[in-house]
Amino acid sequence: MDSMRDRFAPVVTQLLDEDPRVAVVLAEVGADRFTEALRRHPDRVVNVGIREQLLVGAAAGMALTGLRPVVHTFASFLVERPFEQVKLDLGHQGVGAVLVSAAASFDWPAGGYTHMAPGDVALLDTLDGWTVHVPGHPDEADTLLRRAVAAGDDKVYVRLSLQSNPHGLPVDGERFRAVREGRAGVVVAVGPMLDAVLAATEGLDVTVLYATTVRPFDAPALRRATATAGTDVVLVEPYLAGTSTAAANDALADVPHRVLGLGVGRAELRRYGQFEEHVAAHGLDARSLRARITAFTAGPYRPGVTRARRDKARCGRRNPPPAPAATCDRDLATGH
Amino acid sequence: MTITEQRTQTYGYAGLPHLMGLMTGDEKHGPAATSTLDVLWVLYDRVLRVGPESMGDPARDRFLLSKGHGPMAYYAVLAAKGFLPVDRLPGFGSYDSPLGHHPDRMLVPGAEIGSGSLGHGLPIAVGTALGLRAQGLGEPAVWTLVGDAELDEGSNHEAIAFAGPASLDRLHTVVVDNSSASYARPGGIAARFEVAGWSARTVDGRDHEALYAAFTAPHPGRPHVVVARVEPKSA
Repeated sequence: MDSMRDRFAPVVTQLLDEDPRVAVVLAEVGADRFTEALRRHPDRVVNVGIREQLLVGAAAGMALTGLRPVVHTFASFLVERPFEQVKLDLGHQGVGAVLVSAAASFDWPAGGYTHMAPGDVALLDTLDGWTVHVPGHPDEADTLLRRAVAAGDDKVYVRLSLQSNPHGLPVDGERFRAVREGRAGVVVAVGPMLDAVLAATEGLDVTVLYATTVRPFDAPALRRATATAGTDVVLVEPYLAGTSTAAANDALADVPHRVLGLGVGRAELRRYGQFEEHVAAHGLDARSLRARITAFTAGPYRPGVTRARRDKARCGRRNPPPAPAATCDRDLATGH
Repeated sequence: MTITEQRTQTYGYAGLPHLMGLMTGDEKHGPAATSTLDVLWVLYDRVLRVGPESMGDPARDRFLLSKGHGPMAYYAVLAAKGFLPVDRLPGFGSYDSPLGHHPDRMLVPGAEIGSGSLGHGLPIAVGTALGLRAQGLGEPAVWTLVGDAELDEGSNHEAIAFAGPASLDRLHTVVVDNSSASYARPGGIAARFEVAGWSARTVDGRDHEALYAAFTAPHPGRPHVVVARVEPKSA
């Protein structure tokens, strides 16, 4: 299967051909994938070199003249390094752009923490008016990239990852999608987390919502789901744990509810290896998720659930489990 | 007096001190405000092809005030040229005024960008020049004004280093040099631009004829910088 990023250049190259407003701004990363597009559109494909502040500032200037810039590099250099440019050159100036990242939270663990950006969505959450797409499959990335570029002058972030579900689902760039229905809790799976969440909740009586557009947060979908599944909500996000907890709380502000935010831990793992190993280390593999979701939905406020049973569900670890939570047979401190 | 009547009143260079005098409350930025006065006047009076009636014209010249500190001279010139009603000047910095101690393009008629955090104008100007070029608008000039200390910001160096090799010959920068940088730039300010492939002139920032000549000097194939020296900030 190709990757989400494999779709990026072909899709955007086609949009460059079709729409004279579209421009691509790069900072070396990914430039080799736009060689042909650069030949065809030498003034609308711009590589500014390894200059990420200029990357975003120049995109803003292009937007001020009426173009629709698509800006691409690794997430850590696209959102974090030039964050003030994202805030001021786009938001404060009142112009938009499509930021398309690669590498996600830890697509390239061998590259280490310098190339990881689990905080990107949380950081954008400090700003107003951003749409955030987190596709879980290359086909979804294809659709969401097109929607992002077509979204007028909106500020849109598209988060591409090597982590992917085996099958794509229809996505509309707005709503969460119910993929399983139950009566004992709601689990929201974001983008690439869906496959693990479906495996983790196999046989559990929970509703699973699939979210590929997380901002704006689809509060009506969450409220509808809680009408039959109750107001125990677990968020499973491929970036910083708790990123969408506030949004879920706001969606349920007028009803008693509980929210568990699962995702990438805040602590730097300081490990290399493969992304699958990092998924497991952050407790985001199916087995860990099942234990954590079960422990929560069998949670402390339920009559008839003994403390011993809860603790067993939590793999005998401290209560509450630390973040990032380890799997039962895997100790974070030693890595094995 | 109505706004319409005020707009019909014309102000020349001699009227600028009066207009600036209508704005109070940002004395901290006073030296920063007056350092740009002559540069702004010569640009708006004789160089830029833009007016209140052409702000929506894609082919207008663009002026991006990057050094948003001390914008009184900027507001005074915009008012003198009819972009901004003169009766908005006295409210400077107040809650109901569109005129802050740093300008906001969403509030100030005629302002192409909002600025205040240093080091943003030149990269945005680079993008503006790229955007105009990509749309076949080869005529409009893009100007940005930065301060000498503002050049310390690394984002400016990214823009300077890119614009020369990219042959952005419709891009222009004015550096108002009032010696406010803590460390002198080795070789001088113009040298920093020239080594990156820019055309450069250094002139007396109070001499209108010298400024005009420097602003309009031909610079085929290269972006152009004018270093306008004024009295030191501490003087």
